[in-house]
Amino acid sequence: MRLSIKNLPHILLIALFAWVIFGPLLNMLIWAFTESWFFPAKLPTVWGFKYWERVFRPQAGAIDSLVTSVHIAAWTVVVSLLVAIPAGYALARRSLPVRTLIMLTFLIPQAFPSVAVFINIGRIFYDIGLNGTIFGVVMVHSVQGLVYAVWISTAAFSAVDRDLELAARDLGSSPLQSFRTVSLPIAAPGIMASAIFVFLNSLDEFTGTFFVGVPDITTLPLMMYTASMEGNYQIASITALFLLIPSVGFMLVVERFLKSNVVSKIGV
Amino acid sequence: MRESRFVSMTLVAPALFLVAGLFLWPLGKSLIGAFLIEPDGEVAARIGLDNFIKAFSLYGQDVLFTVGIVTTATLLVGLISVGIGGYITLCGRPVMVAALKWLYRWPLFIPFVVVGQMMRTFLAKNGFMNNSFEAMGLIDGFTASGYLDWRGIIIAFVWKQTAFAALLVSGAMAALDRSTIEAGRDLGASPWRILGQIIVPQIKTTLMVSLILSFVTMLSVLSVPMMIGTGTPTMMTVDMAWRINGYSDYGVANALGFISMAMAGTVAWIYLKQAVKEGGQN
Repeated sequence: MRLSIKNLPHILLIALFAWVIFGPLLNMLIWAFTESWFFPAKLPTVWGFKYWERVFRPQAGAIDSLVTSVHIAAWTVVVSLLVAIPAGYALARRSLPVRTLIMLTFLIPQAFPSVAVFINIGRIFYDIGLNGTIFGVVMVHSVQGLVYAVWISTAAFSAVDRDLELAARDLGSSPLQSFRTVSLPIAAPGIMASAIFVFLNSLDEFTGTFFVGVPDITTLPLMMYTASMEGNYQIASITALFLLIPSVGFMLVVERFLKSNVVSKIGV
Repeated sequence: MRESRFVSMTLVAPALFLVAGLFLWPLGKSLIGAFLIEPDGEVAARIGLDNFIKAFSLYGQDVLFTVGIVTTATLLVGLISVGIGGYITLCGRPVMVAALKWLYRWPLFIPFVVVGQMMRTFLAKNGFMNNSFEAMGLIDGFTASGYLDWRGIIIAFVWKQTAFAALLVSGAMAALDRSTIEAGRDLGASPWRILGQIIVPQIKTTLMVSLILSFVTMLSVLSVPMMIGTGTPTMMTVDMAWRINGYSDYGVANALGFISMAMAGTVAWIYLKQAVKEGGQN
């Protein structure tokens, strides 16, 4: 494309859009490496890693929050997939009454204003002693992640060639054997993608953890929130970066896991 | 056949059980709790509208504020996502289109709580935005003001949620039969007219679904108003958190929850009514 007067408005438009998208991200990146920054300086007066060292000190709690977050997210993936793989297979392959209604049921936790629900989960959990436990937070995150887990695994099983399953059955395998040796391995990349969605959703979750996990469970988003409200912009920005890297990284490679033949079947 | 259905339901049951126990049950508890006046000393528990009266007298302004913010943000998300989709579909400059496609998706997987932190610094009085404007000579740094109020909440919501709507909208636009667009072009219609009169009517369902989901999502966000909307009025999610953490007042919190469900329900109902009406005409 040539740089000409005719293209100039387009170039300016895209440049403006790039500023809108990257301005806030860049501002956060700058804060992560700022040691001192006072008005009216346009940029930090002292740059450095001083606050990184502070974040990673054992007593700062950042490492603990990171471990807690990853621990919760991993268990959330296990719980979600354990219930979603059989459900996804049944929804893709077997005849089910009210199938559409069942599919929509998994969307409900993402399609309702959820704060009031979290408040009441917190109350129920308090009564049965699950408030402030890892298990309680894992359960809340699993329900939120279920729509990804079930919908994407349903799409992944739908995209498996039915003839391959029938061939395995003709050769004498049981339904369970043909599922284990044919359907599951072929659907694996799609299920892997759903696992990553569930993992990231749990890693980033704030509101549910806020009502169900406090005061004992501090995940990275809660730690970031506290640092931000206390005015520790450096600590908050460094923590935010740790939340951003896996999310943005996944966005850039998602198409390798989710092939278009699976994507076109999501939600169907 | 009956046995096979039993097996199918058994495979789906654990997942359904999870949603029922950890979402539908607390949801029901919340809806009932909005009308339940808890026992107070000698007085037994009863059903009534007291929670709603208290909620409106304390937070009536916040309810209106929430409606205003979420509606404005939803309309902006709609406009910008149609603009992005339209540009991708109609521009015809491959480099520009590729750049836009690469750019607009970034906020998709960035959590709201991180968006809140980013905007807290970006939109502050001496944040990156005002500094850029000042460098361009648009404003004076000493008299500049920050945007950490309702404007900041709207900017944060639109920044984050447009990526989701634009992804669905541009996907629907890409799947359109291009012959209608070419026909419009041949008749000499301007790109704006092609977008408004040919493309948007054909992707209206996708647009509406993405906007309703965005509306509900923004209605449920707690972190952004807590981090950006400092002071009063504020959004209902903040009030709900405050009723619980400050007073353990489940009645008023549930009444506010009921009001936000009613808002989401109203939007969905308007859409369904419109869809049924149009379905009848075709």
